[in-house]
Amino acid sequence: MSSLNEAPQIGRFDGIKNKLMQREKLTDTAFLLTITITLFFTIYALAVIFLGDKGFGKVQMFFNLFNENAALIVIACGLSIVMVTGSIDISVGGSTALICTSCIVGLNKYGFNFLTSLLLALAIGLAFGILQGLLIAYLEIQPFIVTLAGMFLGRGLVALIEVNQVQVANPAFEKLSGARIEIPFLGDYNKKGIFLQSKLEYGVIVALIIVVLIFFLLRKTSLGRSFYAVGGNPQSALMLGINVKRTRFMAHVLCGLLAGIGGFLYLFHTRSGSVQQATGLEMDAISASIIGGTLLTGGVGNIFGTLFGVLTGGTVLLIVTAIGSQDPWWPQITRAAMLCFFIILQSVICSRKRNKSE
Amino acid sequence: MATHDNTINHARSASIIRSIVKHNIFIPCAFLILLLLINIFINPGFLKVSMGTDSNGHPVLIGNLINILSNATELVILAIGMTLVTASSKGQDISVGATLAISGGVVMRVLCGNETQPSSLHAPIIVALLLGCLAGMACGAFNGILVSRFKIQPMIATLILFTAGRSIASMAMGGLKPKAVSSFGYYGNFIPGFPIPTPILITVLVIIITMLVLKFTNLGLYTRAVGVNAKASSLNGLNPSLIKFLTFVVLGLCVGIAGFVQSSRVQTVNPFTIVPSIEMDVILAVALGGNSLGGGKFNMTGSIIGAYTIQTLTSMLMTLNVNTNAVPVFKAAIIVILVVIQAPIVKAFFSALMADLKSKNNRGKGDDTYVVVE
Amino acid sequence: MQNAVLRMRGIYKSFPGVRALQNVDFRLCEGEIHALMGENGAGKSTLIKVLTGVYVKESGEINLKGLDKPVTIKSPQEAQKLGISTVYQEITLCPNLTVAENMFIGRTDELIVNWKKRIEKTNVILSSLGIPAKATQQLSSCSIAVQQMVAIARAVDMECKVLILDEPTSSLDDQEVSKLFSLMRDLRDRGVGIIFVTHFLDQVYEVCDKITVLRNGELVGEYLIRDLPRVELVSKMLGKELGDLSSLHNETACDIARQQEIVIEANELSSDSGIKPFNFKTCKGEVTGFAGLLGSGRSECVRAIFGADHVTGGEIKIHGESVRITSPLKAMKKGIGYLSEDRKRDGIIGDLSVRENMILALQVMRGFFKPFSKAQAQAFADEYIKILGIKTASADTPISSLSGGNQQKVILARWLLTHPDYLILDEPTRGIDIGTKVDIQKLVLKLAEEGMSITFISSEIEEMLRTCSRLIVMRDLNIVGEIKGEDMTQDRIMHTIAGGATTHGDS
Repeated sequence: MSSLNEAPQIGRFDGIKNKLMQREKLTDTAFLLTITITLFFTIYALAVIFLGDKGFGKVQMFFNLFNENAALIVIACGLSIVMVTGSIDISVGGSTALICTSCIVGLNKYGFNFLTSLLLALAIGLAFGILQGLLIAYLEIQPFIVTLAGMFLGRGLVALIEVNQVQVANPAFEKLSGARIEIPFLGDYNKKGIFLQSKLEYGVIVALIIVVLIFFLLRKTSLGRSFYAVGGNPQSALMLGINVKRTRFMAHVLCGLLAGIGGFLYLFHTRSGSVQQATGLEMDAISASIIGGTLLTGGVGNIFGTLFGVLTGGTVLLIVTAIGSQDPWWPQITRAAMLCFFIILQSVICSRKRNKSE
Repeated sequence: MATHDNTINHARSASIIRSIVKHNIFIPCAFLILLLLINIFINPGFLKVSMGTDSNGHPVLIGNLINILSNATELVILAIGMTLVTASSKGQDISVGATLAISGGVVMRVLCGNETQPSSLHAPIIVALLLGCLAGMACGAFNGILVSRFKIQPMIATLILFTAGRSIASMAMGGLKPKAVSSFGYYGNFIPGFPIPTPILITVLVIIITMLVLKFTNLGLYTRAVGVNAKASSLNGLNPSLIKFLTFVVLGLCVGIAGFVQSSRVQTVNPFTIVPSIEMDVILAVALGGNSLGGGKFNMTGSIIGAYTIQTLTSMLMTLNVNTNAVPVFKAAIIVILVVIQAPIVKAFFSALMADLKSKNNRGKGDDTYVVVE
Repeated sequence: MQNAVLRMRGIYKSFPGVRALQNVDFRLCEGEIHALMGENGAGKSTLIKVLTGVYVKESGEINLKGLDKPVTIKSPQEAQKLGISTVYQEITLCPNLTVAENMFIGRTDELIVNWKKRIEKTNVILSSLGIPAKATQQLSSCSIAVQQMVAIARAVDMECKVLILDEPTSSLDDQEVSKLFSLMRDLRDRGVGIIFVTHFLDQVYEVCDKITVLRNGELVGEYLIRDLPRVELVSKMLGKELGDLSSLHNETACDIARQQEIVIEANELSSDSGIKPFNFKTCKGEVTGFAGLLGSGRSECVRAIFGADHVTGGEIKIHGESVRITSPLKAMKKGIGYLSEDRKRDGIIGDLSVRENMILALQVMRGFFKPFSKAQAQAFADEYIKILGIKTASADTPISSLSGGNQQKVILARWLLTHPDYLILDEPTRGIDIGTKVDIQKLVLKLAEEGMSITFISSEIEEMLRTCSRLIVMRDLNIVGEIKGEDMTQDRIMHTIAGGATTHGDS
């Protein structure tokens, strides 16, 4: 029960939800998803209207949003999975840095090709996932501590491999990573009035396929539903006959695998590696999940929400860069402020709900 | 165990050993001694402390031990605050490195203004110290509000400043990296003519104040009560939110002092590289001190010894020519081992093993037969 | 005799320092509802957890019908596969999933699930059992009773041979209970063996066929329901005759002339817990009781007086003087003490020592900057350990290692140390041994005689009859009656709770 002065607001909130639920029976997950998608399109539309001259009017800008964020999309998918099970992984930035540097060293010095470096990336990601998963799921150690250690381990290992910043010097790989898909019929006229077709990186296709796959996994498979069950109430899940430990473990392994793929996409896009690379990536991924409606407490979340969370975050950053000064600190501060805002929003919504149900 | 006498002797020595092993500062002390032994093995002259002179001809104490004691200052001060935060909020503040950069940045900005190489200080040092502490406390208050008012897990809440903090520090310094005049360096190095490094004195002062606070206020009892059972505490008239918030502010104050010492030590603050991965060291110190990272009871002495142990480890790795950026690898490994040892499951496994060994003699009683699964 | 579906023989299970089960036998037949009875700590829950694979037994045999060999059950999944399903007191379904998902999750290892088919099947099951829910509904949108029924439906659909219902009725109202009972009878007629754990004696006699009684981890016996009258059941559970208990009675009654001094008076008090505005007053040396079912608002009333919930209206007068109580601390400073309902969750501070637990309330009242010296705290602790007869190794022992009864005594000591004028005891005797129960009841009467006003809340009406001189009866967050003096009989209280004749109250 809520206090009297709060009641009307909750009523309004309910009204919206009820309306949505009448049209199609919406679960919490779907309700939050609707909000996220609306939010993204509103923000983007506002950017196009008010900042059209800064590039937002261009079709390529929209595609760049995907090009820049392909890796993040994949990594955020992984984080959404662990967050749905009520866990967390803040090692993804560290593992990404490790993947980039070690792949580059492999490509440059040890004759790796595209395939072997991909395998190496996946192996590193999986190793992180499996190790962290074992500690978190089977030894029940706080996920935060474990993955914090993972994060420092990842960055520390980078320094052991190569202290300096490195660039890919492997022609075959560079050619592959430079390839683009030209989108038919879409494009912009440049200043000289020449039509430029919009270009999309291959990584984006991979990312989108993964989003669809993960969506399917979470929605339709036993494993996917188990993630939700474990996140919603681990005790109950155990009583329902779900192997909670294995489910948690699988979530971390999946997250590790996705971090591996994401790390490789990151490398594919940036072609460089350093100790400080991908700093704050974990926070971007977490905030994308949160913006996308994944609850920090677990049990609620939607992969498409996460996708739109990434895009929303990306758009806000673009807007900040477009209007802001050139000071180097603004992007990071904006990201943090955004995360802060959505965490508080979520906390407020959750506590309201709890009040209502009591 | 051949004879009866033997058994008794065994039992007695076993119980002495057990009481030593069970003592709550056993782990950090044992670890510290182990590290010192390794160090002595690597460098037989490790423990030597001698009188030397600095570049200005003033007498100073020189030696590895002095360096460790001096360099551990920031860590010890932060560990004190982190212990309280861990106990009350069942989580850790991972933003201490970033907020330390902020308070260090504020100190530098206050002292140097907009100049990169000021010939004199722009403000009295005490003002800089106060403002630095204020900045640290503001950050602590921010984290504290997120945790206590909005009920966000401490590590998620502090993730915000963990990421943004160093950028905020850079902003606070206006993007400059000024170098303060050398007199500001007294607090992080030596006061001319006085042979003991100032940071050691500051540490001692902070430790004494902490002990006095714990003795003459109820901070310790309240923090533990809230950490163990917040609901019950609130029915006993405590305000758990307020106490959690307070511990974060106290940590903020610690960050402020540590930031002041650090910026005085290096005399120039690069917000992006200052105290790299210190949050890891601090958490490690707290864990090593025998504190459960899951909150509840705490052991301040253990944390302090833990901090010195970590500093010894760091300096040992430096001696072995490990790259600064690679040091976290070892610490990450140690913290994983520590939390594995601390993990209730592992503990239960070993205590079950122990119980098996001596189950025949022990017949406990009590009517609570249920193991509470939480 | 009928076919036994489950036979447990010589089960042993212990935890560090505690023998939870010793040589326990248990037999369940097809098509019967079998009550498993025992006081807290008797080993009911442990036995059930052994049966459902949450704990692994140390020795003994478990035989199931249709299996030649004894089985070892290592996990809830295995138990389910063997046809043993459990519905617990707290809903053990996932509120964030749909009804259909809750029905089927964890039952197969299929990689890809045809949810459409499952939803159809769920709807069929739900309607066949008469459960008012839809397959696609999110579980959290169902009432507790419906959630419980969904859990049972799940068990039934898994073709369980043994269905364990662990305190399923404690959060249901009468109507819901009777619905549940008809579902249980329906299942019994289909041949399911049901183990029913409850602490409501009436329900046992209403629905069960057999009773097995445990005490202190040992088997007392198995009885047919018609062979075991209530009184005998109670004495078997307690292991002693009731003489000691029945000798207690509050003789002081409400002698208005003697106790003119009103200590606490609440006018139209309400809080955010949903309690309807209520009036209440108590005079010096009086023991009042709030009677009513769980959730009737009895705890909410006293919580409002203590400021534990956010007070939204009304006023409190203490000794005739109007005060504002916005937090427990303010209530404590005005001389109110509150021993909370859930000892484990809201009472003890587990890892802290007996001494620290005792002095906490007084310490908080004294203030942040005035800690007690260790010697002083130790003196307090020693004093009350002696007065209340607390069994503890020392005052330094963590409270969590004490038995339930002794923990409760420590909490009592905590409040007695603050020397309150008005002490609220919310279910002080729940889950503790019978000896301590009597001790606490005696203590209440003694304190009242010394002039302390006390409110005593208990689920056991007999206990309230023994200690209270006036009862306030609650239903649906409202005060529905006040009973005192001659009227205080079990019958009268039951009728008032159930909504029969209302007496001179203020409803």
